[in-house]
Amino acid sequence: MSLSPKPISGEDCTRRAPDIPLADKRKSNDKAYIIEIDHVSKWFGEKQVLDDVSLFIRKGEFVTILGPSGCGKTTLLRILAGFNMPTDGRVLMNGSDITDVPPFERPMNTVFQRYALFPHLNVYENIAFGLKLKKEDEDSIDRQVRRVLKIVGLTDYEERDVDSLSGGQQQRVAIARAIINRPQVLLLDEPLAALDLKMRKDMQMELKQMHKDLGITFIYVTHDQEEALTLSDTIVVMNKGRIQQIGRPTDIYNEPVNPFVADFIGDSNILNGIMVEDHKVLFMYHEFECVDEGFQPNEHVDVVLRPEDIYIMARNANAMINGKVSACIFKGVHYEMTVVTDRGYELIIQDYNMFEVGQEVSLIIKPSDIHVMHRERFSNTVKAVLKDSTHVEMLGGIFECEPQEDIEAGTDVTVNFGFDDVELMDYSDEGAATGTVSFILYKGNHYHLTVTSDSGEDIFVNTSEVWDDGDMVGIKILPQAVKISKA
Amino acid sequence: MDLQKFVAKRSNWTIPYALFLAFFVVLPLILIGVYAFRNTEGSFTLQNFTRFFTQSEALNTFIYSVGIALITTLLCILFGYPAAYILSNAELTRGRTLILLFILPMWINVLMRSLATVALFDFMHLKLGEGALIFGLCYDFLPFMIYPIYNTIQKIDKSYIEAAQDLGATRLQVFLKVIWPLSIPGIVSGIMMVFLPTISTFAISEILTLNNKRLFGSIIQDNMMMSDTMNYGAALSLIMLIIIAVTSFATRTQNDNDLNDGGLI
Repeated sequence: MSLSPKPISGEDCTRRAPDIPLADKRKSNDKAYIIEIDHVSKWFGEKQVLDDVSLFIRKGEFVTILGPSGCGKTTLLRILAGFNMPTDGRVLMNGSDITDVPPFERPMNTVFQRYALFPHLNVYENIAFGLKLKKEDEDSIDRQVRRVLKIVGLTDYEERDVDSLSGGQQQRVAIARAIINRPQVLLLDEPLAALDLKMRKDMQMELKQMHKDLGITFIYVTHDQEEALTLSDTIVVMNKGRIQQIGRPTDIYNEPVNPFVADFIGDSNILNGIMVEDHKVLFMYHEFECVDEGFQPNEHVDVVLRPEDIYIMARNANAMINGKVSACIFKGVHYEMTVVTDRGYELIIQDYNMFEVGQEVSLIIKPSDIHVMHRERFSNTVKAVLKDSTHVEMLGGIFECEPQEDIEAGTDVTVNFGFDDVELMDYSDEGAATGTVSFILYKGNHYHLTVTSDSGEDIFVNTSEVWDDGDMVGIKILPQAVKISKA
Repeated sequence: MDLQKFVAKRSNWTIPYALFLAFFVVLPLILIGVYAFRNTEGSFTLQNFTRFFTQSEALNTFIYSVGIALITTLLCILFGYPAAYILSNAELTRGRTLILLFILPMWINVLMRSLATVALFDFMHLKLGEGALIFGLCYDFLPFMIYPIYNTIQKIDKSYIEAAQDLGATRLQVFLKVIWPLSIPGIVSGIMMVFLPTISTFAISEILTLNNKRLFGSIIQDNMMMSDTMNYGAALSLIMLIIIAVTSFATRTQNDNDLNDGGLI
């Protein structure tokens, strides 16, 4: 995952967070790691939910594991808590292996998603639960319960039944019940997901303050990118069981490493581009100056433009791009407008000034606001078996191909085909294989879809047709586009 | 009256049930009440009740019945709870099959099962009597204890168990501090379904003790069978009814909050 470092301009300096310790994917010699997740994989039966995850977390850090549902983030947290065992790999705490240590012996505590407060105990007894197990004396327990109740702002709630509390109050009790044990690490599993927006914002601030005051390591799991950006020292973005990127919130936002991260964190316009040479990138039929370097000449790249980084103005002769406003929504502080450029690209733009629908506008993009990413792939590569000279079995189906003369039937082969060579059919029986649309990326003038075949492999398809996430599709590939080579 | 409208109104559908209840539940209850306070000539008297408290035979049988019922209930909890606990932890499908096996005997008539028990005791050359009675009662009532407990334990949110482990509880502590207290509503349900019916059992006790040991139900039955003691029998029934009502009311209020969490009653 090499990323060309951006030369730090004046503006970038102010955006960067101060140099705080940071979680990492690779271990440095530093001994300050409290948690080390070492090549952890997890299978549930046939399904792999974690794929070789390595993560090193420093003491006192606020780390957020962020990703869409089903990305493996909760499983990772449960492995840390000890409720799940990794299929492969190790978990270390303070340098010693805790992979096989049962949950009750781990010096960490969890705040559960639905709180899991004991219904047969009142607030006081719930909070005192951990200390009573440790057989601390009553006076000391009493003092500590009162102290944590004060921290979470629930003084005088001792005798209340937990069922009589609101969601926010239950949340506070759950936090109090965890922190009273003075864990070295606090694990939080989407703790705010069940709260309403206003309450969530308040609790975010309180959690951040608590983290600062208590000085313990927080590992926080969420699917809410805004929450992650607000709270964390470090964000770990996950998708499909793999870590996509680790970094400070500003780094993740300003320098996403791939289209998934760019699309998942914040709003973004993601476009195909060509890096002509250092500091020069071509997209939307225009050559832009940029600050990125370290690419091959004419390398195909992905370009990320944040909606708030595009300057919009009335039609102007000096502009880089001209277009027309096609939609405009008031979002409270700013307006969100969709602009269709004269060359047919659709861009989302946020600005404090409103431009009416149908108005001719011009756009300017500053070099430092263009973020260029290496393409992860240029075509599809799939493992297959040659059935006979004109048929190949792959993706759980049999596809036609050009006659093969030098390869014997029955050999394992590698098949290559372009993103544009795939046709998706409405009815799954119309294709040679079937699959499900699992990720949609809009690239300004076309969609780049990830289709997971029923055999579990991902292929990537460019299309201008509109599909929905989860659509069942038939996969069809032109025989002349199927390129076969020996495995 | 418009018949269609009459049929369409849902509350009218309850009329047949109301009639049934009136004739077969309320009316008999009233009759028991009436008979209990009358003598054979048909005039008002409290004699039937004073007889129960002064005559040692009925009172002793009653105390003996409560004793047998207590032992049966305790044994049912002792054997039923672990069974329910194990079943609720087993894999879902396996657990369901096992619970079915436990409940299966309930499909067979109680008398048949009791007679089978007699045959079994004969075969093994064991004496019928108190021991056989307790064995038979446990055998008959065990499913009524297992099922409500199983139901309650199965519904305990697994996250409570994880939360307890997370807070430092060992497996034993998880059981003592979380699973046991949360399964009490099921135990209360089980007690109600075992303890009270046991007191009024008569056929089982007669079969399994060769009519040597008599439970309260037998006494009621004996008195009810003869016209000259019918009033006394009615009074005994009423006393038992009151005891049942009082105990179930007491357990209900005590567990009011928890009972909706999966007990049978």
